[in-house]
Formats: sequence, structure tokens, C-alpha cells
Amino acid sequence: MARTRTPVVTGWFTGEGDAFRLLGTRCSACASVFFPREDAHCRNPGCGGGDLKEVPLSQRGRVWSYTDGRYRPPSPYVSDPELPWEPRTLIAVELAAERLVVLGQAVPGVTVADLAVGMEVEVVAGVLGEDAETVWTTWQWRPTGSQGVTA
Amino acid sequence: MTGDVAVLGVGMHPWGKWGRSFVEYGTAAARAALADAGVDWRDVGSIVGADTVRGGYPGYVAGATFAKALGWQGARVTSVYAACASGAQAIATARAQILAGLADVVLVVGADAAPKGFFRPAGGDRPDDPDWLRFRVLGATNPTYFGLYARRRMAVHGDTVDDFAQVKVKNAALGALNPYARYRKRVTAEEVAASAVVADPLRLLDICATSDGGAALVLSSVEFARRHGAAEAVRIRAVSTVTPRYPTTVLDLPDIATDSAVAVEPAPETFRASIARTAYEEAGLGPEDLSLAEVYDLSTALELQWYEDLGLCGAGEAAKLLREGATAPGGRIPVNTSGGLASFGEAVPAQAIAQVCELTWQLRGDAGDRQIEGARVGVTANQGLFGHGSSVIAVR
Ligand SMILES: [Zn+2]
Repeated sequence: MARTRTPVVTGWFTGEGDAFRLLGTRCSACASVFFPREDAHCRNPGCGGGDLKEVPLSQRGRVWSYTDGRYRPPSPYVSDPELPWEPRTLIAVELAAERLVVLGQAVPGVTVADLAVGMEVEVVAGVLGEDAETVWTTWQWRPTGSQGVTA
Repeated sequence: MTGDVAVLGVGMHPWGKWGRSFVEYGTAAARAALADAGVDWRDVGSIVGADTVRGGYPGYVAGATFAKALGWQGARVTSVYAACASGAQAIATARAQILAGLADVVLVVGADAAPKGFFRPAGGDRPDDPDWLRFRVLGATNPTYFGLYARRRMAVHGDTVDDFAQVKVKNAALGALNPYARYRKRVTAEEVAASAVVADPLRLLDICATSDGGAALVLSSVEFARRHGAAEAVRIRAVSTVTPRYPTTVLDLPDIATDSAVAVEPAPETFRASIARTAYEEAGLGPEDLSLAEVYDLSTALELQWYEDLGLCGAGEAAKLLREGATAPGGRIPVNTSGGLASFGEAVPAQAIAQVCELTWQLRGDAGDRQIEGARVGVTANQGLFGHGSSVIAVR
């Protein structure tokens, strides 16, 4: 049976391949950007409140910081308890245009030894995990190969 | 000062993994604080409980749970929750009641019975809850965030993993002198370096455990303290319970992203720095007035961050301050004389209250082998999940 590909969260990202993008929302009154998306109210305390329209976020950003998880995270993270835990690398990425930092997993195979603060990374579609019926898709960060300045 | 309240009594149940109910720890701490204050429970006008989310319903109504365990006597009751800052919120509530004239004497109690391993979110599918999402989508545990902060400090300020280890060495040596601490063994930098990596660059001995424990305070008006023969009691002069200001620029637990600074320029200081500044302003004191500080060392690297956020040194100078020994006993500004979370392990709703217990013992000159000579002013600092500031300034 073919498993369906389902985003782990609805409405946070879209597209395949080069067209993959994180999705946020932007306030029509003050231009604040929100990720995760705000759909009801702008959170800028100085804004009277505008319409919140969906916007794709920048594909590329720079590493704000990074770490990894050497131990299996607890539920609701899904992992196969039968298999040994493989450490996952996590990267916090600063997006210059939106002036915000977004946390995400690194693509499989990237370890902390491959990373530095300031390095350029890009967002790509990835797989968080699979179960009997579903392939859960997510966003991941991948170094672009272009070295950044530290800090 | 008119804003002062007196600390008449303090009490703790030792931290550990005792396998019993939080009610037992909190009640033991409360009885100890009442005995220390020389106050009969039946004369307490109000009780404020710091909630635990791990004890079922009794944990959500901690004030009433402790009042019942001590024996119903009709006191006004409040229960508060603010994650790691719950204890400070309980103190703030008690202080407000005293200053408003609603009660002369207030008992503040917090206690927890901690789970094994990582803290995890409440059960069920809750895609609207950031705390659920960070686990589900990223597997981001609390140490994930501690690792991010630590690595960022290394890149921006040049801190080293050995600096982090030296925080543990300092705190473990102090914890060894504290009968209420869970870990009472000195630790070497080699032992830190030999412990397993949990969240790069942090190792098991860089990260605080979770513990059972209970802490309590008996607070009163200054006028009541005088009548009670405790005119010289330690006084709480400030309680900061501020929230962040939009837009946040530091990725805080349990968020997946910061706010966007595209429309509003961020404040020049971080949220953590604003917690301390608010406390200083309220007390009319500054970092130069401090004799000691109790800070929330969820990780060794976070303790260094607090040095800067409390203004004990400039940005990026925390590791230097540590290396100089300024934050060790005998230094200019000893930090975590209790042994800190490194020696206690976190008992969430009790921890911020326990910090004030340590300040009180130090300011009274009752801290035994941990005593800082001539301590006059102490500060506590802590930040609770979901945007809760927590800082208390106590004076003698
Ligand atoms: Zn707006």
C-alpha cells in the first residue's frame, strides 16, 4: 500500500524541490511577519491590527546557533523504539529579510562538526518519520556550501 | 522603604528522588518555615501555593492542597502557575496581599515530585500548543535550547567547554556544603568532560537534573515583624515578574522561532536583562550593591549568561569573571552559594522559592560553611517557560 505524504503541521510549508518554502503570515497594517503563522491577530502591540496574509519565507539564512540531540526525545516525537537512536542535528537559522530566527532539523547526515555560526543554509523538504500509513514531511536546513563569517 | 515585606521564616525539604507526593515535601517545608518564623499556622491569614503540573488536580490547586494538609484554618488561598517562575509569582502575590493590607502574614509554598528523564509536554494531540509542537516536529527537548545558547556563546564570546565545566566545579563544591542539596559531591572538570554529550556542546554534568523538593517562606508586613520581635528580619525589596517585549530576539523555550523584528526595532536589552533591570529599579539598587546572587543554572553556560544579564559584568565578559574567581566564595560577587541547580536539580515550583531561602540564610549569617562574610544584599534570577520573568532582591 502506498503511504501518503502528509505535512507534520498543516500550513507551515509548501512546494517540492526548488520551490519548497516555509510559510508565514504578514500583517497588512504593520508588515510584521509571523512564523509559526498567526492567522487571527497581529502580535505587534503597537499595531491596530491588519489582515494576516500568507507569505513564503526566505529560502536561505545564516546559522544563529546549532546543537544536537544525542538521546531519544520523548513522545510526541515519533521514532522507532526498536532501532538505535541516531543523533539529530538542530539548527537555528536567522532569516535576514524577515529578521527572525527559525529552528529546524538539519538534513540527515549533517552533524555539528559540519556547522559554524554564520554559515549559510537553505530550507529543503525532508521526512520527519514514517508509520504504517503516512510519510510525515517537514522542513530541514542544509548547508549551501558557501561559508559565512563567524557570528 | 514602604515597599518592603519581611521574611519571617524559611524552610525546605531536602531535594532528591524520594518517590513520595509533592504534598509531603511542601508540607514539610511549610512546617519548617512556620517553626523558623515562630508563627502558628492558625495565625497565617493567607496561603499562596506554586502549582505543579505533575501532581494531578491537587497540583493545579497547590495552595488549597497545602492548606488542607496543614489543617484547614480558614486562610485566604491562591494558587499560581508560571513554569519555572511559579515560585516568584507566589512570592509576588503574597507581597501584593501584604502591601495591600489584605493579610499580615502569608505562607508561600512550592513543591514538586519530578519525572524521570526529559521534561515532556502534557499528553494528547495539541497542534496549537508550542510546547507540544517543539517535541512533535523537532524533537527539541529543554537541553536542545541550552545547547543552542551554549554554542552561540562559544561563537560570539569565545567561551569554551572548559569554562562551562568550571561553573559545575564551582557549584558542586558549594552544593557539597548544603544539607538540602541533592548532589553533595565535589566534581572535577575531568569528570564533566568525561560525562556523555547530551546536546552538543553540553554534557550530562553541564545540565541540571529534575528533582523532588519543597520550599516555603513565611512573609509578613514590616510592622507585623516588629511586633513579632523580628525588627531585623531580612526584607524583600523587589520582585520582578515582567514579560518580554515584542519583538523577542532570543529563541526562547518552547518556541520554534523568534518574533520578526522587521516592523518594530527590538529593545536594546534582552528579556533576561530586563528581568534584572526591573528588579534593580524597584529596589533602588544596582549590581554594584550585591553581596551575592542565586541564578537559574539550568545549564552551566546559562549561569554565565546570567552574569551578563544581571550586570555583574559586560556582554561577553562572563567567562572572564568566572576565571578570575569573582563568582566563587571569596570573590567580588559569589553566585549560587547554595550550589545552584547543578547541585539541586530542578523542582520547578519550589526552585525560585528555594533561591530566596538561600538569600535569607546568607543575609542572616546562618549559611554555615557556605556563609558569605557580611552579606547585605542578594538577588535571585530566573526565567520561566512561555515568557515569565522572575527576580527577587532581598536586603538586611
Ligand atoms: Zn500588525
